[in-house]
Amino acid sequence: MNFPVNFKTSMIAGALVAATVATALPAAAQESIYVPLFTYRTGPFSGSGIYIAEGMHDYLEMLNQRDGGIGGVKLAIEECETGYDTKKGLECYEATKNKKPVVINPWSTGITLPLIPRAAVDKVPVLSMAYGLSASAIGDTFPWIFNPPATYWDGASMILSYIGSKAGGLDKLKGKTLGFIYLDAGFGKEPIPLFEQLAKDYGFTLKLYPVAATEMQNQSSQWLNVRRDKPDFMMMYGWGALQPTAVKEAVKINYPMDKFISIWWASEDDAAAGGPASKGFKSLNWHATGDSFPAVQDIKKYVTDKGLTQTDKGHVGKLLYNRGIYNSMLIAEGIRNAQKLSGKKVITGEDMRRGLETLNVSEARLKEIGLGGFAGPLKLSCADHNGHLATFMQEWDGSKWAKIGGDIKPMSDKVSPLLSAAAKEYVDKATGWPKRTEACDKAS
Amino acid sequence: MFYREAGQFKTSYVDDQAIFPIRQDRIGLAVILAIAFIGVPLFGSEFFISAIMVPLLVFSLAAIGLNILTGYTGLLSLGTGGFMGVGAFACYKLTTIFPDVNIIVWILVSGFFASGIGILFGLPSLRIKGFYLAVATLSAQFFLDWAFVRIPWLVNDNTSGAIEVPMRTLFGIPVTGPTAQPEVRYLVVLSVVAFLTLIASNLVHGRIGRSWMAVRDMDLAAELIGIRLYRAKLLAFAVSSYYCGVAGALMVFLWYGSAEPAVFGIDQSFFILFMVIIGGLGSLVGSFFGAALIYGMPIIIKSFVSLFGLQIAPATVEHVTFMTVGGLIVLFLIIEPAGLARLWQIGKQKLRVWPFPY
Repeated sequence: MNFPVNFKTSMIAGALVAATVATALPAAAQESIYVPLFTYRTGPFSGSGIYIAEGMHDYLEMLNQRDGGIGGVKLAIEECETGYDTKKGLECYEATKNKKPVVINPWSTGITLPLIPRAAVDKVPVLSMAYGLSASAIGDTFPWIFNPPATYWDGASMILSYIGSKAGGLDKLKGKTLGFIYLDAGFGKEPIPLFEQLAKDYGFTLKLYPVAATEMQNQSSQWLNVRRDKPDFMMMYGWGALQPTAVKEAVKINYPMDKFISIWWASEDDAAAGGPASKGFKSLNWHATGDSFPAVQDIKKYVTDKGLTQTDKGHVGKLLYNRGIYNSMLIAEGIRNAQKLSGKKVITGEDMRRGLETLNVSEARLKEIGLGGFAGPLKLSCADHNGHLATFMQEWDGSKWAKIGGDIKPMSDKVSPLLSAAAKEYVDKATGWPKRTEACDKAS
Repeated sequence: MFYREAGQFKTSYVDDQAIFPIRQDRIGLAVILAIAFIGVPLFGSEFFISAIMVPLLVFSLAAIGLNILTGYTGLLSLGTGGFMGVGAFACYKLTTIFPDVNIIVWILVSGFFASGIGILFGLPSLRIKGFYLAVATLSAQFFLDWAFVRIPWLVNDNTSGAIEVPMRTLFGIPVTGPTAQPEVRYLVVLSVVAFLTLIASNLVHGRIGRSWMAVRDMDLAAELIGIRLYRAKLLAFAVSSYYCGVAGALMVFLWYGSAEPAVFGIDQSFFILFMVIIGGLGSLVGSFFGAALIYGMPIIIKSFVSLFGLQIAPATVEHVTFMTVGGLIVLFLIIEPAGLARLWQIGKQKLRVWPFPY
């Protein structure tokens, strides 16, 4: 083939430019804080994963564009696609480990579990926001794992106290039947011990409806049983395709939707799956939806409007998008804290651990970063890596989530003995689990 | 030119029946083993060892297991993931009940538990064949899946419902758990895989292997020449499940470090089956090729993208990888339906007569 000469030269020039860019990148990377984001925009859980990936990425990118990063240091954001597959998640971990990540967000319980013992060895803290191992809330046992703002047991107790308040007091639950539909995996089964104990304490009957991960889109048999058992309330722990299917089936059997309550993973799409009849469906939540916050407006101004992201503009402000923002806000505040504590600009995983441990996102601080009223204040400590934040109930009004009622506090008296017992059990089983040697910093 | 057996005379039956009758093959194998045992741990990066080599070896072992059943005996199985799970859970139970016994012993013993389950679910193979057997083994997969999730005793009542691998040592060096060095884990996996591959190679080249292949090629004829079908078939199930079980135990203990039951789902079974089909049915070396292509190709494509510093979103890379690997599978199957192992054989044959082909 005969290319014109200038075409050839421009090709060579292009290659040279590409090469210089490629070689220049690592040099710039040394002056930045490396934040890998494990995301899943593909696979069976991408329906939820895309929103979260977008929210997480866009908030950090906004900090880069608006403030030039955090404390004058740019954030090197890199997404690694896990497809919610443990195998690929571990590959991502190995691939990112050498680049000195400050924190890992696995976004899958299956990926979190293998990383829990490795975190202390590799000195990379794991931030599993409201998922993963509930027991990792005990900071004295798991110094490298953080799971704010609430555990699944907290969530279960909050759902129950809400149901109690609807029934006119927890003691009124006696003789009632509560149904629980859940993903038949570690995540969904986790609250069962708590539910069983509370069933004993308050005298209600608990009916379990497990849904296997392979059968998420076929729940007709479970809902036939629901129709037979007629539970007074339904509770749900689901993710991915389980949730819209459950909502659809509940509508189909005419289950009263205002008595169907989900843990905090139900998105707009999930609720809308049942059509107009799914009005009244409820879900726990701890942060706001919508784009009325200055920080979210900044994301629009600096990131989405400039096309610096793959985000679909319609996604900004949706529930799971905002959850991604919340996750990135925790990362950003942790980094800021770590910079303050260590006096360094480019922090390491060890600094980040100290930063997260002394995290104190007060209402004033939230206002300062343009997220005033976005979520409740969160304070972590060396002993408590979770915060056990109060959540609120939200109701699907047919087009969006609407907050109903005030804060619901977790039943700490029921949850904390379970947490300490679970942490102790984990340590007993993992022979040679290291005792905490990391010093405890004073909150700044 | 270099790969020619001229002048290599065999003077005894033992020589003639050797697994590698050609000297160059023996040298090649020695070089590969030297690279694997010495070169990789010395010069391989941590990513290369723990994210590429260890998984590759684990999948190769599982593929050998399935190949014994599907490739050598002609019994299609979709229960591989379940059998791997049996090995992993058995190993976990054994090492938590008897923590003082060496973990390597338990990894090798756990295969026998998978074997037992394999024989049980292999019983239908005495009556049914082909696709119907595939459905029967599918039921094994679903039953085992169900059992892993529903029986909390299997995971010692862990609230997470997952296997949490404890720290175990060999000669005072940690082999499993977070403190185990990747090189150590790799060498243990490599030793187990090399040892079991040697055993498999002897099995398939000997009387037992021949009886399996006879069953595969025509079971009626095999029966007529005196092969007891039920024995050959059940033995194939036992050996195959043993290999899968050991692969499962290796996967959880030396690679994942913690695993949810979901890891041993139907996806895993298909993943291994693809490796066997692409690698070549009825070939041990094909099992390695298949694992390398199916597991390694996506990683290679991804690293190409980052090597050239291309700014492509990771999700797009994932989609492209899916399509490329799919395309390559179709391509390989068109070029050589008998798998990569057949291509390898053709290549060797061409080399033998090169530069004067006839």
